[in-house]
Amino acid sequence: MKYISEYRDAHLVQVVINEIARIVQQPWVIMEICGGQTHSIMKYGLDQLLPEELELVHGPGCPVCVTSLEMIDKALAIAAQPDVIFTSYGDMLRVPGSDGDLFSVRASGADIRVVYSSLDAVKIAQENPDKQVVFFAIGFETTAPANAMSVIHAQKLGLNNFSLLISHVRVPPAMHAILGSPDNRVQGFLAAGHVCTVMGFWEYGPIAQKYKVPIVVTGFEPLDIIHGILFVVRQLEKGSYKVENAYARVVSYEGNQSAQKIISQVFEDCDQKWRGIGNIPLSGWQLKREFKSYDAADRFQVQNITPTESPLCIAGQILQGLNKPFDCSAFAHQCTPEHPLGATMVSSEGVCAAYYRYGRSI
Amino acid sequence: MTDPLPNLEGLVCPIPLPHNQRIVLGHGSGGRMSYDLISKIFMPPFDNPILRTGDDACVMIIPNDSSGTSSRLAISTDSHVVMPLFFPGGDIGRLAICGTVNDVAMMGACPLYLTAGFILEEGLDVDILSKVVESMHLAALEANVQIIAGDTKVVQNGKADGLYINTTGFGMIPNGVNISGSRAQLGDIVIVSGTIGDHGIAVLAARGELHFDTQITSDIAPLNGLVTTMLESTKEIHVLRDPTRGGVATSLNEIAVQSKVGIMIYEDAIPVKPAVTAACEMLGFDPLYVANEGKLIAIVARNNADKLLATMKNHPFGSDAAIIGTITENPGNHVVLRTTFGTTRMIDMLSGEMLPRIC
Repeated sequence: MKYISEYRDAHLVQVVINEIARIVQQPWVIMEICGGQTHSIMKYGLDQLLPEELELVHGPGCPVCVTSLEMIDKALAIAAQPDVIFTSYGDMLRVPGSDGDLFSVRASGADIRVVYSSLDAVKIAQENPDKQVVFFAIGFETTAPANAMSVIHAQKLGLNNFSLLISHVRVPPAMHAILGSPDNRVQGFLAAGHVCTVMGFWEYGPIAQKYKVPIVVTGFEPLDIIHGILFVVRQLEKGSYKVENAYARVVSYEGNQSAQKIISQVFEDCDQKWRGIGNIPLSGWQLKREFKSYDAADRFQVQNITPTESPLCIAGQILQGLNKPFDCSAFAHQCTPEHPLGATMVSSEGVCAAYYRYGRSI
Repeated sequence: MTDPLPNLEGLVCPIPLPHNQRIVLGHGSGGRMSYDLISKIFMPPFDNPILRTGDDACVMIIPNDSSGTSSRLAISTDSHVVMPLFFPGGDIGRLAICGTVNDVAMMGACPLYLTAGFILEEGLDVDILSKVVESMHLAALEANVQIIAGDTKVVQNGKADGLYINTTGFGMIPNGVNISGSRAQLGDIVIVSGTIGDHGIAVLAARGELHFDTQITSDIAPLNGLVTTMLESTKEIHVLRDPTRGGVATSLNEIAVQSKVGIMIYEDAIPVKPAVTAACEMLGFDPLYVANEGKLIAIVARNNADKLLATMKNHPFGSDAAIIGTITENPGNHVVLRTTFGTTRMIDMLSGEMLPRIC
């Protein structure tokens, strides 16, 4: 495929790998923020190509994984109600709540539909005026513009049977949380290319300066990732800590201005719980007061839910880069993709799922 | 990432039937959840040596009274529930014939007869049924099989999705042919008969789930002719399997476990149409897990592989055939893919339903 195969060119990847091997002098710990990058690394086995001085640790950038258990339980409660059509991205259906997942609620007769976009959910609401249509609006800055657009769109259409169950999270506060932790091991970051496509990378300068870590905006193809790692290693070896862009064919400093505009029109910052990590101040988005009537959590009265997390799951430590899936006693035993204990085993971007799927046997 | 490798024997889900003891769609995906359902619910009460072989079709030995010799009969049954009923390249009728013909052919058998059971939903348009039946007729002619018994049931409106078809196929295994998922041997070569993932993507597109146009048509075809030609080239074919639900990845995992071997496949050798690759890229799917209905995997001794490949390439249903891997020693019976970068990764069975990714 044009414009993809070029970035999977084995020869070019090897050239960059050789350059990394040439310049690296000492051990470094680099975190890729985004779960999409984790999966690329595992899928293509890129970690096997890197010099042994470099350790990649995996960040909290999987929206499915970090959606709080409380929010999953709310989704299960809303989806089980009669006259509700619950719509969601496919990945969320398998995430375990305190008792079951959306698949099992669907198997019990609930109307749960996989959609590819929040705007599809608006269309379902238009077509089913006698039903309440709820969209599970999760995700990072990447999904936020379309979710904001769905609210504007529903308002324009005068739909009063459409609402969002919102669990939006933002990358920069999570980076603060990781770097500010006394246990932090991360010395350089690959920033998530998709998030930066929307938001630009103007938010990252202060983080790089405050914690003295290089941050490199990085894409998702093998050459993109290796290129991003090269940029980080160059800075680490020189002792510099700037924000650089290794994904310039897609990402600009300012980002997508119209997307940012619609986000700020509909959402405002709020504290957010991250599954396995806990509350991170001002790390989420909620609907602004003028759009509150589209909030499913209010509409369906599901505020009083007390979730119970599996005591075995160490997803929190894994998402902060403190442990690897192999360190978990439940990994591949009690916890498998068919019976996940934590969301990191579920999503196509989840780090445990990546290790499980691609865990090398030779 | 220099952590020790996990004990991969533990990769079998130890908990019977998760999801609150209810059947979910993942149980029908052909992957690990289907495998769990079979091994934990169906096998214990039905267990017998014939069922236990776990091939695409079972083999029954029929003694010939007078001569003291015996014949081998391959039998397979399959229910077809595809939605929509008609899709680019095929329909539920053609699928019902080809699916079962192929399962019988994967034992090296020559399929002769089929039975057909229909479950019809009240309100189904008779014209639709006629079109499906006509398609079955044409596919049966193409596969050179006869439909010799049938059954029809009608259920209330809303209790079925238009039309379901079950077919059971019977075929004789020629003398000297000995094919089973348990016969892959160290050093054998893995061949796939053409591009993978066409059927699954064509059906997704026909459901309107892709939100973009594609020219991909299903590969659905009866493969018994191809199998006959292959067996004329060499009887030393060890394994045949049609990688339907769960795709090539799941079939290879089944074979690895049955034969107690490992399988190494090479990423750059696997034939995939660019349009299928593109659709999979957009949806976050891996073509190795996408269903096929007109492709087979053949595992053959190394010294017969080139000749067999050439024979397959001369057949219309094998023109894109390619060698994709080898049988290796691997105590965990894993399927491993060597990437274009020379790195490796494990290829597991499909787990539950294939889900499109978020972003």
